[in-house]
Amino acid sequence: MSTFGIKILQKGRNKMWSVVIGFSGFLMLVAATYDLLPVGLFILVISLTLISCGIILYAYEAYRDVPEGIKNNHNFFNSLSSRGWLGWLTGMVLTGFYILLYWFPEYLGQGDKSNTGLVAFFDPLSQLLKKQNASQWFVYGVLYTLAILIMGVKFIWKYKHSKYQLIRTLSVIFFQLAFAFLIPEFMLRLNMPYNDFKNMWPLNYYFFDGWHLQEMMQNGNIGWLMLIWGVLMIVVVSPVLTYFFGKRWYCSWVCGCGGLAETAGDPFRHLSDKSIAAWKVERYLIYSVLVFSVVMTAGVLYSFYSGISSIAGVNTASLRSIYGFLIGSAFSGVIGVGFYPLLGSRVWCRFGCPMAAILGIQQKFFSRFRITTNGGQCISCGNCSTYCEMGIDVRAYAQKGQDIVRASCVGCGVCSAVCPRGVLRLENGSIDIFDRGKKGRNFSQ
Amino acid sequence: MSKIAIIGNGISGVTAARFIRKNSMHEVVLISEESEYFFSRTALMYVYMGHMRWKDIQPYERGFWKKNKIDLIQARAESIQFDKKCIQLNNGSTVNYDYLILATGSKSNKYGWPGQDLSGVRGLYHKQDLEYLERCSSGIRRAVIVGGGLIGIELAEMFQSRNIPVSFLVREPQFWSMILPEEESKMISRHILQHGIDLRLNSQLKEINGDEAGKVHSVTLDSGEEIKCDYVGLTAGVSPNIKFIESSEIETDRGILVDEYLRTNIPDVFAIGDCAQLRNPRRGRRDVEAVWYTGRMMGECVAQTICGEQKIYDPGIWFNSAKFFDIEYQVYGQVPSKMTDDLESFYWAHENGKKSIRIVYEKIQQTVVGFNLMGIRFRHEVCEQWILRKSTLDKVLEEIRLAFFDPEFYEDCSAAILENYCKKFGKKIEATAGWRLDEANLFLNKNNQKT
Ligand SMILES: Cc1cc2nc3c(=O)[nH]c(=O)nc-3n(C[C@H](O)[C@H](O)[C@H](O)COP(=O)(O)OP(=O)(O)OC[C@H]3O[C@@H](n4cnc5c(N)ncnc54)[C@H](O)[C@@H]3O)c2cc1C
Ligand code: SF4
Ligand code: SF4
Repeated sequence: MSTFGIKILQKGRNKMWSVVIGFSGFLMLVAATYDLLPVGLFILVISLTLISCGIILYAYEAYRDVPEGIKNNHNFFNSLSSRGWLGWLTGMVLTGFYILLYWFPEYLGQGDKSNTGLVAFFDPLSQLLKKQNASQWFVYGVLYTLAILIMGVKFIWKYKHSKYQLIRTLSVIFFQLAFAFLIPEFMLRLNMPYNDFKNMWPLNYYFFDGWHLQEMMQNGNIGWLMLIWGVLMIVVVSPVLTYFFGKRWYCSWVCGCGGLAETAGDPFRHLSDKSIAAWKVERYLIYSVLVFSVVMTAGVLYSFYSGISSIAGVNTASLRSIYGFLIGSAFSGVIGVGFYPLLGSRVWCRFGCPMAAILGIQQKFFSRFRITTNGGQCISCGNCSTYCEMGIDVRAYAQKGQDIVRASCVGCGVCSAVCPRGVLRLENGSIDIFDRGKKGRNFSQ
Repeated sequence: MSKIAIIGNGISGVTAARFIRKNSMHEVVLISEESEYFFSRTALMYVYMGHMRWKDIQPYERGFWKKNKIDLIQARAESIQFDKKCIQLNNGSTVNYDYLILATGSKSNKYGWPGQDLSGVRGLYHKQDLEYLERCSSGIRRAVIVGGGLIGIELAEMFQSRNIPVSFLVREPQFWSMILPEEESKMISRHILQHGIDLRLNSQLKEINGDEAGKVHSVTLDSGEEIKCDYVGLTAGVSPNIKFIESSEIETDRGILVDEYLRTNIPDVFAIGDCAQLRNPRRGRRDVEAVWYTGRMMGECVAQTICGEQKIYDPGIWFNSAKFFDIEYQVYGQVPSKMTDDLESFYWAHENGKKSIRIVYEKIQQTVVGFNLMGIRFRHEVCEQWILRKSTLDKVLEEIRLAFFDPEFYEDCSAAILENYCKKFGKKIEATAGWRLDEANLFLNKNNQKT
């Protein structure tokens, strides 16, 4: 047999082993959920290490000796990444996990006084970090961060031909690990309120909740710092950065939801719906959620300051809990991540996130950011549109030689990275902000 | 209101239909045999490789055609009675027209090799070729590709994505050396080998051998060597697909002959895209150019002419691009494979062996006439303006950063390029322009020259 053939066989065997390793770690978590494993830091670390090693080895095998370049071979043949049975199975497992997590945490072992099952399995790590027992949210946070970390490594290997992707992925990994996970955990250890400094209203919809405002105000300097920083983020930091760089500074460089979508969600990005109908739905949905979140927040704030619990007969607290249930849990969690293998990785960011809606409006009308197209070089192949996780029909613009200025574009840069003719470039320019996207450069004059 | 029939729903025919609709309310009928809806021929490879599904390579949604009142007929035009303005279709029906646009594209070349019609031997051009290849694929232990052009290398990449070993026969001493200058040609040959392809340079096909069942089992080369294989991809170029009207009164040579308005010798009949051959091509351009964007430009041009605003077809300065496995290639302007007496070129290659730029200039005036780029992206408009403005080589190098179109954070090679240039020519030149979009825009807006 040729050396070529041997290499392929070897690759296949190594990949199989990595699946076995990763899966055994995962099975340990399942066993722990049913209290079949002893609780201890060591065994937890083994389980998480097996999962991580499995995935990393798999990615290493897949990308190690292949030259730099676009790596989308077989995406639409592979059962996991093309809505085959593996995709559906993964979707169901994820969705099931989210349903338990949000609404039935007791099945994961969350207890009033002491934990059992999966949550208890994470107690030792939680004790180590913050000297408290774990909660279902701690379990979730650890798994979430780990997913971004190891799938981020895979992403970097896959897109090693693009330095933009490398730096951007390091950025989301950093913000998740430091800002969303470690800093808040240590703050809890120091008896300070939980705070994720990069999380911003309205994505962080409880920011203006009465209990949260109170918590911050009652915590002295650090609490006030959180409050002021939170407000500054909304009114100064975010508009300024979005003006200079577009919404990508947040959505694909910093945000945790975006971080998960870009890393763990990458194998599913091409499953987003590109139809014009989907674009219509997107606009109705996302701006409705934005309006809902503003109304809800205004109501909650009104009640907090006036002490009156309802406006025009509507109880603000129940408005808040409807929002929390429908948007905060069902939409962003269960559908947003659970449906990755079915609807693509950015369902929440595209159809639901009110933060994305605000940044998007600004990006569309007042920002330097756009994707420019290189003259007449587009061959209408459709790779850009297919791999746009936001379902933007990039090709429709590129083949006309038109800049792409779309509210929903998160600036992930993948369209540019997969274009076989180097047509697309993410750019910031100041002299033509109001002309972006207006004219097609038509080379047939 | 007139009735316009278009034969061929490739990029040329479809662009013509779209622009006729944009400019008028004429009735438009789009007749094509190959597929119900328009698709990107350039993306066939990605369907085979699993990057996209068939529906992803169709640039317009199904509802688009109805909404724009473009009638689609999937059938083959068998013959045309030009005097009666009537097309006969293979389904027995006929279509009358006031204006006819022929946009029938190309077909793969077959040079009469013995065995070229065996089963398992096929070109790659039409949707049906891809479907055929897909049907054969599970039984291919080795494939042979004949002809080292752009489609050949795409086919090699396709086979490789399915882990099918490939022998790639190239007649020339290096890959595509009829078009690429020597250094670039060598770079790509090396790159092909790095991808594990059995590249055979200076190799010609002598015959294709089959078994009793009429299925290919090997090829024999000029050298006498025999290579066992289960599939032979014929990719030795394409030529205009005009057989069905060659015997009619329409004037043809290699393609359908057209004037500068894309008119054939028959009134109200036009030809565009791959199937058209210009009687008088513009200086620096060829009479048959089988590339995507010329089809698009011709389609738009002919639409304007038919809609009442006579327009001369002017494709401007030549450009093109391709991808050789992982190396992107762009060309702007004139880049001969061997420099002629009056032309010289400055060539710089990155030490990684996967990036290079070549700037071609006139020896005496030092004006820049062309760019050849490997693994580095340049801005189309900037290169075009340099050529139109007749910028000198020194000036272009000073302004070189304006052209870079590589993504953010990519290695900025301009310093290395300038250093190399100064050393080679004993000059002292510094970059005066930056690489930001604003600067490129200012440059482009400054008395923007029209072609
Ligand atoms: C694999 C491949 C890759 C390519 N990659 C590139 C690239 O990267 N860049 C680039 O610039 N170009 C590329 N090309 C070339 C490019 O695709 C062609 O130049 C372009 O498609 C020509 O468009 P067209 O509209 O003139 O003809 P076609 O796209 O060939 O369309 C003609 C249509 O007319 C139909 N037809 C023909 N005769 C009849 C008849 N008698 N009755 C009914 N229908 C008929 C045909 O079936 C066909 O569907 C590639 C070509 C191939 C095959
Ligand atoms: S348009 Fe490009 S950069 Fe924007 S979201 Fe889509 S793939 Fe990412
Ligand atoms: S921009 Fe690039 S990826 Fe998109 S259709 Fe054009 S050539 Fe293909």
